[in-house]
Amino acid sequence: MKNNVSLQTVTRLTVFIVLAFSIYLLLAGHHAPGGGFIGGLMAASAIVLLYLSFGMKKISKVFTISYPYLIAVGLLLAMGTGFIGVLVGDPFLTQYYDYFYIPFLGTVELTTALIFDIGVYFVVVGVALFSILTIAEDDA
Amino acid sequence: MSLLHLVILAPFILAIFIPLFFKYVKQVHTGWFVLVLPTILFIYLIQLIPTVSGGEPIVESLAWVPSLGINFDVYIDGLALLFALLITGIGALVVLYSIYYLTKKGEALHNFYVYLLMFMGAMLGVVLSGNLMVIYVFWELTSLASSLLIGYWHHREKSRYGAQKSMLITVTGGFSMLASFSLLYVMTGSFNIQEIIAQAGDIATSPLFIPAMLLILLGAFTKSAQFPFHIWLPDAMEAPTPVSAYLHSATMVKAGIYLVARMSPVFAGASEWFWIVSVFGMFTLLWGSFNAVRQTDLKSILAYSTISQLGMIMSLLGLGSAAAFYNYEEVYFTATIAAVFHLINHSTFKGSLFMVAGIVDHETGTRDIRYLGGLMTFMPITFTLSIIGAFSMAGIYPFNGFLSKEMFLTGVLNTLMMTDFNMQSIGFLFVAVAWIASVFTFIYSMIIVFKTFTGKYQPEKLDKKPHEAPIGMLISPIILASLVILFGLFPNQFLSYTLIEPAVQSILPTALPAGEQFYVNIYPWHGWTPELWLTIGVIVVGTIMYLTLTKWQNIYKILRLHKKDPINYIYDGFLDKLVTGSQKITYMQMTGRLNNYLAFMSVFLIAILAYGLIEFDAFALDTSIVGDIPIYFWILAVVTVATTITMPFIQNRIAAIITIGVVGYLLALFFVFFKAPDLALTQLLVETVTTTLFLLCFYHLPELRKEKSKPRFKIANLIISLGVGIGVMIVGISSIAMKAGRPFESISEYFKENAYELAGGKNMVNVILVDFRGVDTMLEILVLAIAGLGVYSLIKLRMNDEGGRLK
Repeated sequence: MKNNVSLQTVTRLTVFIVLAFSIYLLLAGHHAPGGGFIGGLMAASAIVLLYLSFGMKKISKVFTISYPYLIAVGLLLAMGTGFIGVLVGDPFLTQYYDYFYIPFLGTVELTTALIFDIGVYFVVVGVALFSILTIAEDDA
Repeated sequence: MSLLHLVILAPFILAIFIPLFFKYVKQVHTGWFVLVLPTILFIYLIQLIPTVSGGEPIVESLAWVPSLGINFDVYIDGLALLFALLITGIGALVVLYSIYYLTKKGEALHNFYVYLLMFMGAMLGVVLSGNLMVIYVFWELTSLASSLLIGYWHHREKSRYGAQKSMLITVTGGFSMLASFSLLYVMTGSFNIQEIIAQAGDIATSPLFIPAMLLILLGAFTKSAQFPFHIWLPDAMEAPTPVSAYLHSATMVKAGIYLVARMSPVFAGASEWFWIVSVFGMFTLLWGSFNAVRQTDLKSILAYSTISQLGMIMSLLGLGSAAAFYNYEEVYFTATIAAVFHLINHSTFKGSLFMVAGIVDHETGTRDIRYLGGLMTFMPITFTLSIIGAFSMAGIYPFNGFLSKEMFLTGVLNTLMMTDFNMQSIGFLFVAVAWIASVFTFIYSMIIVFKTFTGKYQPEKLDKKPHEAPIGMLISPIILASLVILFGLFPNQFLSYTLIEPAVQSILPTALPAGEQFYVNIYPWHGWTPELWLTIGVIVVGTIMYLTLTKWQNIYKILRLHKKDPINYIYDGFLDKLVTGSQKITYMQMTGRLNNYLAFMSVFLIAILAYGLIEFDAFALDTSIVGDIPIYFWILAVVTVATTITMPFIQNRIAAIITIGVVGYLLALFFVFFKAPDLALTQLLVETVTTTLFLLCFYHLPELRKEKSKPRFKIANLIISLGVGIGVMIVGISSIAMKAGRPFESISEYFKENAYELAGGKNMVNVILVDFRGVDTMLEILVLAIAGLGVYSLIKLRMNDEGGRLK
């Protein structure tokens, strides 16, 4: 992969847009099309794009995240929201929401379902990249 | 738990301790410890005779599985007591004999006596239990113990063959018996035999009557070695001789007789019972005696002779059932009395004859009568014993066999008086069969004695120098032979009203008014009756035929019976075909080719869909719910179908992957048109990611090979695919059409109304995924995680077959 300047330049720009879009999808999921799954896949595509244009070695140095840990954290987040209900005395996986005033943003609806969705997001990103990279690295 | 329950359980309890005796008390033969138990049980049972012969059965009950009506009932009447005495009495004698027969060194005595005790307990359980399910449990235990005993010398191939054969045949019968017991339970609501007998009248009118009868007879015939199930008995002769003497002459083979006798009060009133039991018995009698003559092995002769004698007892029980059929006319009682009497006699003389055969084998090293001869001078006592046993078997005065043979002939002749079934004409066939069988019985009895003990002594053919057996080995046959003479000379003093009459009472319980007794008077001289002439005829013809044996023995070769029993060919062939046939079927379906399995599953799917549609008239087509279809839908549909059809014709792997991707994107478009933005987004992204993955994986794989299959298969595949497609389509169309008529409203209304109210979200799909149905989503991401780890471990952790890592 030599002299792919144009690809790399375009990638530098697009990756941020795509990543931002993926976070938008994640946050908007409750009211508009989107959610953890789609957002996660979108983020994974962005990172795959990085790997494609910059090569395996370079990106591995930048992204030092361990994907299995990401998967585990995602699962724990998703399941953890379930236990909130149990602690309060409601059934497992009861979700709660309320409206809060947050400076600069105004009144915002915050829900435990978002944490659940973030868990989904992490798992999807982790699994997609983990599988693709494992297969790609395999040289046997 | 009473003392009587302990009688049944004691052998099992003792069996637990036998290996300890064997291991820690090495200087004493283990058999001595065993001997104590049957002796005590025998003495205990003897003192029950006065109670039982008084007409009062002894009943004890112990709850086992009360909710299913299964109770461990002990029911001792005349019949049960007679069998129990045979089992314990001959059991004690056999154990004594085995102490001298099996040496301490080199024999696995602990196995032997554990099996033997297990058998004894099981057999006592069969005859003393009053509950059908308990009888069944013990019945199977006798089969198991018998099989273990036949295979006692398990290093011999023939022993294993015999054990397997007896197991397969008797267990088949056992299962059929279980089925019959279940049917009886369905008819009466009870497993208790006496309660069932009390309802015999209702059972006789039930449609399940005949099936129950046939199944129970199958059980009894397999166990008692009746034609054509007799073939396991000659092969069971591979067992040690004490086992043959005990199981295969005196006790286990009579379990079937016991069952027929026990069930007579339920079934005997039916003509089918009379015909089946007597005809099978008669034919077995003839077949066994006819085949015994051609045997050259002493134990084989005795085995066929046992078959024949059991056939005789069975036929007598059948003939005796005519009494029940004709409202208990007295002339037919003789047959039942004869059956019980001969049962006792057979146990005595056959037990002693087996022991004699064992002694001959033990002292000369062979049982083949072609090598034996002239042993009279070496073994005078054994010779005397064999004369007593064999002459009794042949039916010669003054031994007990004569009396029961006379009564047998009387019983057969009495049936000539029957008014139904054309017995006046067919009955003579019975008499003829009985007479011919008696002649053959006479011949083989003579063979046993004279071929073994007289004639030319051939020392060069024997491994050992023959000499008389040790006294310990002779005690048991001497006791049995003394009984043969005692019962022959004084039958009335010892047996008539102590054992025979109570047993007959149990077989024909409603024959007499309460309090009356059967008239059992057994005596040798009746005057010049037809039976006496028949017996004289048997002896004269038998003697002539024995003396001219070599001249007519070729008849077996002409009949092709000289090698083995022809039923064996059927059995072996069947077993062989069963194996090869199942292999064939297995290979036919388990081809190891995924193509075929997929085809099977698809065909099954089509069949079950077609069945469902036709059976429930489920096809429906409702065009009223179809709205206007816009033009872009048509275009999209045509493009999708066209893309799909090109799929099977693509030869290049990468091209195929991309085509699949196209179908995926078209699907996403469908989602867009159907207003499912979340699904469309997900579909687009998933399709992209999976296509990437496919490309990564398949980059390494070779080009698609053109599969070389016959066109016939291709057409079959095409038809199957079309079938599945059409089937699924019909189901889809019908389900939508049916929806119109359904009284249920879709659950989606609830979500529409409450998504924002309850969960605070406006995206209903997402709210369902994370809130209403959050558990599904949680588990789906778990599936994803597992899949990811699976991919990783498949690729990184390369194990070879031995579990080590590949380099």
